[in-house]
Amino acid sequence: MNAGQPAEPRIIAEDLVKRFGSFVAVDHVSFRVGRGEIFGFLGPNGAGKSTIIRILCGLLRPSAGRALVAGIDVARDAERVRERIGYMSQKFSLYRDLDVEENLKFFGGIYRVPRAELGERIRFAIDMAGLGGREHALVSNLAGGWQQRLALGCAVLHRPPILFLDEPTSGVEPASRRRFWDLIHALAADGVSVLVSTHYMDEAEYCHRAALINQGRLIAVGSPEELKNTALGGDLLLLECEMLGPTLAALQSAPGVLDCSVFGNSLHVLVGSAERSLRELPDYLAQRRLPPTRLVRIQPSLEDVFVQLIAVDSAKRRAA
Amino acid sequence: MRWRRLKAIAVKEVLQIWRDPRSLMIALLLPFTQMFLLGYGVNLDLKHLPVCTFDREGSQLSQALFKHFQASQYFTIARNVTSYAELTAAIDDATCGFAIVVPPDFSERLNDTGSAPVQAILDASDDNTANLALGYATAVVAGYSADVQLHWFDRQGRPLQQIEPMTVQSRVWFNEDLESRNFIIPGLVAVIMALVGAQLTSLTISRERERGTMELLVSTPVKPVELMFGKLAPYLVLGWLDAAFCLVIAALWFAVPFRGTLVALFLTTTLFLVAVLSIGYLLSVLIRSQVGASQIALVVTMLPTVLLSGYVFPIDQMPTVVQDITYLLYSRYYVTILKAVFLKGSGILELMTPILFLAVYASAVMILAARSFRKRLD
Ligand SMILES: Nc1ncnc2c1ncn2[C@@H]1O[C@H](COP(=O)(O)OP(=O)(O)OP(=O)(O)O)[C@@H](O)[C@H]1O
Ligand SMILES: [Mg+2]
Repeated sequence: MNAGQPAEPRIIAEDLVKRFGSFVAVDHVSFRVGRGEIFGFLGPNGAGKSTIIRILCGLLRPSAGRALVAGIDVARDAERVRERIGYMSQKFSLYRDLDVEENLKFFGGIYRVPRAELGERIRFAIDMAGLGGREHALVSNLAGGWQQRLALGCAVLHRPPILFLDEPTSGVEPASRRRFWDLIHALAADGVSVLVSTHYMDEAEYCHRAALINQGRLIAVGSPEELKNTALGGDLLLLECEMLGPTLAALQSAPGVLDCSVFGNSLHVLVGSAERSLRELPDYLAQRRLPPTRLVRIQPSLEDVFVQLIAVDSAKRRAA
Repeated sequence: MRWRRLKAIAVKEVLQIWRDPRSLMIALLLPFTQMFLLGYGVNLDLKHLPVCTFDREGSQLSQALFKHFQASQYFTIARNVTSYAELTAAIDDATCGFAIVVPPDFSERLNDTGSAPVQAILDASDDNTANLALGYATAVVAGYSADVQLHWFDRQGRPLQQIEPMTVQSRVWFNEDLESRNFIIPGLVAVIMALVGAQLTSLTISRERERGTMELLVSTPVKPVELMFGKLAPYLVLGWLDAAFCLVIAALWFAVPFRGTLVALFLTTTLFLVAVLSIGYLLSVLIRSQVGASQIALVVTMLPTVLLSGYVFPIDQMPTVVQDITYLLYSRYYVTILKAVFLKGSGILELMTPILFLAVYASAVMILAARSFRKRLD
């Protein structure tokens, strides 16, 4: 597992475990997030993303392990941590019966934003969320994308150095999602450390580093480039052929092939070395009367990597 | 505790109350309707109850007894019957709520022994009225027998001074001018405020939970006390309004004499409100769902207040164990205070004991509520 450690860690998770009864929701998770870094959490439903974020916000007590946020042990002094973080929960949790400005003023008061700055901070948040002219619209009347940007605005009102965003783009249309990520990048450029979870695999590309989580465990961490290049533990080939089924079966036992899966009406073949397999596989298949119509090396997308890693990890656990 | 955070919570709460006009209307109208509904419903005065007489003797003495009934403002003689069958019919068809039967040997026994039994038959379907009627009838008969006995002793030639004054066991419900309303209404204010006050706050925390706003709220640096005071403050203002409505209705509409001072009334009412609002808040913290919290608040406040506060059932007539239990009930003190302020004109100094009890009670509940609030989800 690659984990290029940041120089100035703002979030440190060490061997975090969270059990609910006998169920292990978070299983010995360790990672660090540096200053100005955007760290993504990816994983299927129930992987444990929200649980880890809640532990880091001091909302859940870890069953074991240690969490340091802004250098403070969350289990010991959650209150001091809370002053230094901004949080967007997965479920929308602003006051829908209050208007945009009233929500912002509320959080301004709760975080005790200096009165002299409050007006300017609220202005900034409204502009950031693109809510100019809607200051007095009830939150319940705003569309999903706006609601989420307002929630981000409320979370950054007190200029926290650390932000936890739990699926901030879920239920937001693609154009708005793009805009949301631009905001996250602008904040990170100002030095804010952002831990963000998402369901959308493609959004991992927007992160500086991403962690893949499955069934409570971190199964891969790295920059999008690192993940694509090394996380699979081999090279990826695309193979097109006449008969998918028999070809798939033949490839399972072919030399140098680590794994093979159907991808649309072609096959993705994971091999130890692309060079060698590109040389040997056409003959190997031709001998079995299954000549490929096309065989090329491809750059795996993050989705390929994640689908592959989760399939392998889940299979391993079933076996164990 | 930070004033700034407390204010942010209070302002938010005011806005939410304001944006929910239906609940606000209920909060302001409930005391009104309850005051009138219960104010008339529990009226224990009895006026001109139709009475049926069955005179089995037909003597001067028996007719004199009936005159006493007719003369009292509580009874009106509606029918004179000549058989038990007729009497039963009169009671059954509700033309009379009460019947008096004079035995055939009434005069004889009265002359011989100075006393004679009179039979009273009641329609007990309305328990309350029946009890009252019996109470007043006893009083009327007592008045009459006092007259008769005076004559009797007179005839026996005994000096008047030797007569022991008759003790009539009159019910505690009847105050001196037989206006039970004066006694009941101040206590009723306490009952209604206990009900309304706890209802107001029983929803505040569970509402945040059910709407999903709690998760974000507890992730902020807000302290449990700031949250509590911030949430209680707007409801205290509402509670003042409600209490003012009730007290004004009591004094002006029901014309209960107000002999105390407004300062004493305001201070004790505030203390009582803080106690009931905190109880509602505590329940809201402890019980997850809005419906559950509000229903438990209803049971916890209404039931013991009606039964044990002394508002209508006198505490000194309860079994000792129950009397001891009433000391645990906050509304008991407010009922005592209100009756004293209204009827006796007691001031703060005279009411120090119940005031202290209320203050201790309110503080205990608030401390419990603040400590029960957890800023964690597990
Ligand atoms: N309070 C709790 N009690 C019991 N089990 C819980 C609790 N909270 C979470 N879980 C379980 O822990 C697991 C991880 O949940 P979590 O919400 O962290 O997943 P997630 O990765 O955020 O999923 P999603 O993408 O659906 O948000 C799930 O199986 C969930 O059912
Ligand atoms: Mg989640």
